[in-house]
Amino acid sequence: MLKKYFPSILACLALAVLFTIVQVGISGGLLSGYWITNIYLMGINIILASSLNLINGFTGEFSLGHAGFMAVGAFTGAIVTANLGLPFPLAIIAGMLAAAIAGVIVGLPTLRLRGDYLAIATLGFGEIVRVVLMNIDYVGGASGMMGIPEVVNWPIIFISVVLSLLLIRNFIGSSHGRACLAVRENDLAAQMMGVNITYYKVLAFVIGAALAGLAGVLYAHYYSIIQPKEFSFMLTFDVLVMVMVGGLGSLTGSVVGAVLLTTASAFLQAIPELRMVLYALLLIVSAVFRPQGLLGEKEITLRTFERWGGVLYAALNRKQTE
Amino acid sequence: MGGIEQILTLDDVHVHYGAIWALKGINLTVGEGEIVSLIGANGAGKSTTLQAISGVVKSSAGKTTFRGEDITKVPAHNIVKKGIAQVPEGRRVFANLSVLENLEMGAYIRRDNKGIKQDMEMVLERFPRLKERISQVAGTLSGGEQQMLAIGRALMTRPKLMLLDEPSMGLAPLLVKEIFSIIQEINQEGTTILLVEQNARMALQISDRAYVLETGRIVLDGPAKELARQEDVKKAYLGG
Ligand SMILES: Nc1ncnc2c1ncn2[C@@H]1O[C@H](COP(=O)(O)OP(=O)(O)OP(=O)(O)O)[C@@H](O)[C@H]1O
Ligand SMILES: [Mg+2]
Repeated sequence: MLKKYFPSILACLALAVLFTIVQVGISGGLLSGYWITNIYLMGINIILASSLNLINGFTGEFSLGHAGFMAVGAFTGAIVTANLGLPFPLAIIAGMLAAAIAGVIVGLPTLRLRGDYLAIATLGFGEIVRVVLMNIDYVGGASGMMGIPEVVNWPIIFISVVLSLLLIRNFIGSSHGRACLAVRENDLAAQMMGVNITYYKVLAFVIGAALAGLAGVLYAHYYSIIQPKEFSFMLTFDVLVMVMVGGLGSLTGSVVGAVLLTTASAFLQAIPELRMVLYALLLIVSAVFRPQGLLGEKEITLRTFERWGGVLYAALNRKQTE
Repeated sequence: MGGIEQILTLDDVHVHYGAIWALKGINLTVGEGEIVSLIGANGAGKSTTLQAISGVVKSSAGKTTFRGEDITKVPAHNIVKKGIAQVPEGRRVFANLSVLENLEMGAYIRRDNKGIKQDMEMVLERFPRLKERISQVAGTLSGGEQQMLAIGRALMTRPKLMLLDEPSMGLAPLLVKEIFSIIQEINQEGTTILLVEQNARMALQISDRAYVLETGRIVLDGPAKELARQEDVKKAYLGG
């Protein structure tokens, strides 16, 4: 009985410990402002990478529109709080909803088609969003929005990351996820087994878009200032590198990729040119030596730790079964 | 064919791929419990006929009736719910999923867990090789094993009619025989079969009736034994 819940209990404990360590580091003044910012960014990047992976890794589509969906979320959220004076939770709902609707508008016509249409359409979408935002005075035009309430703190980031990952994990693990996997493996055969392939492609795409929107809302309400030019293709490219390095089709891989690359760019902040070189190099190196990414399609689970010499877990397990 | 109930009827079915006119008015019937085969040269339109039935390609004109219901406009993912399973050309197993997961995908539309379990046992009994490789990734199976998996996956939908597209393609003679006898067994247990084959000799041997397709048109049809005796059929499809 206990054994069944043991992994979940352990996972919760690990999360609680992680949460507390960072919280103590922040409130105790042990972490510099620079690193606090980067920890928050890490969380936002985890949401971006894992949601892009849901689209590109698990359903096998190729979206390049994440910066666009993030921008939709960021500006919608900012309008809700800064312009309309409504509370932050409403900003989250509105931002995710707007990004999801944008996802339907882009996804529905293009996902019906085979091949690279989605990549092209999402690339175009990202650029259109940016240019349109630059020309709307209501959201500040090219200089963007200011005075967005700075409400995002560590608990909000942490909960958002955990809930996003749980949502994606449960989706993948459900019969919906199996259907998505079948579509990726062979869409014709999936269709013959009764999978509505357009529905699942669009569904996964829209969930991914909504989560990118969430990342955007968090981003806006941490920095308090947002400009359309921040949401350029380079942002999508960064997220793509995180997904590729971590492993297309591995959720924990996306977490690892996001953490690694956020840390790397934190160290290289002073020399942004070097950062771009590093990203490009990483992409090439991983494409040549490990095209499946660090984790391939595998997941880091408790078993992984067990195998890696988690003697404690094995021993505890043995005691319980006796 | 007096007395046999028609399970499938194609009435003047046309298919266009853009400018290519692949099917030019196919009329075809399959009776309940029959094995009917469709033979013809490469590019004659055999696969297209099966795909028109299963809704994967849209027919530009004509009507498909299955068990009295017009299914011409039914989308592909709903066809399997009507009781038609397709074993596609080239097997198309889910390469990165295990044998078990492939079979489970076959039962994707079903919710009767008890029945699914029964059918799983039945399939694994029929294909002991799959049972031995139950957790192996499907992409690493041999061609013959993949064919068995594709048939097993289709059986998991519990079909009334099974469409098989060149199940013997690329298989060694012994395995071809095995696959054909499996098709016969499946038929004897109550599943109607529509079979597309390059191996016309074997196909005609196990079939009740057959249709000969040439560039999108049916040019001959009749009882399989009679077709097998006709000189022009022998020359064109049976190698002499
Ligand atoms: N997706 C497609 N787009 C365009 N033309 C197609 C498509 N699929 C098939 N065709 C054309 O339709 C015709 C019939 O093809 P089909 O695949 O049905 O032949 P077949 O009888 O199954 O041949 P084979 O024995 O080689 O499998 C061919 O001329 C083929 O080139
Ligand atoms: Mg064919």
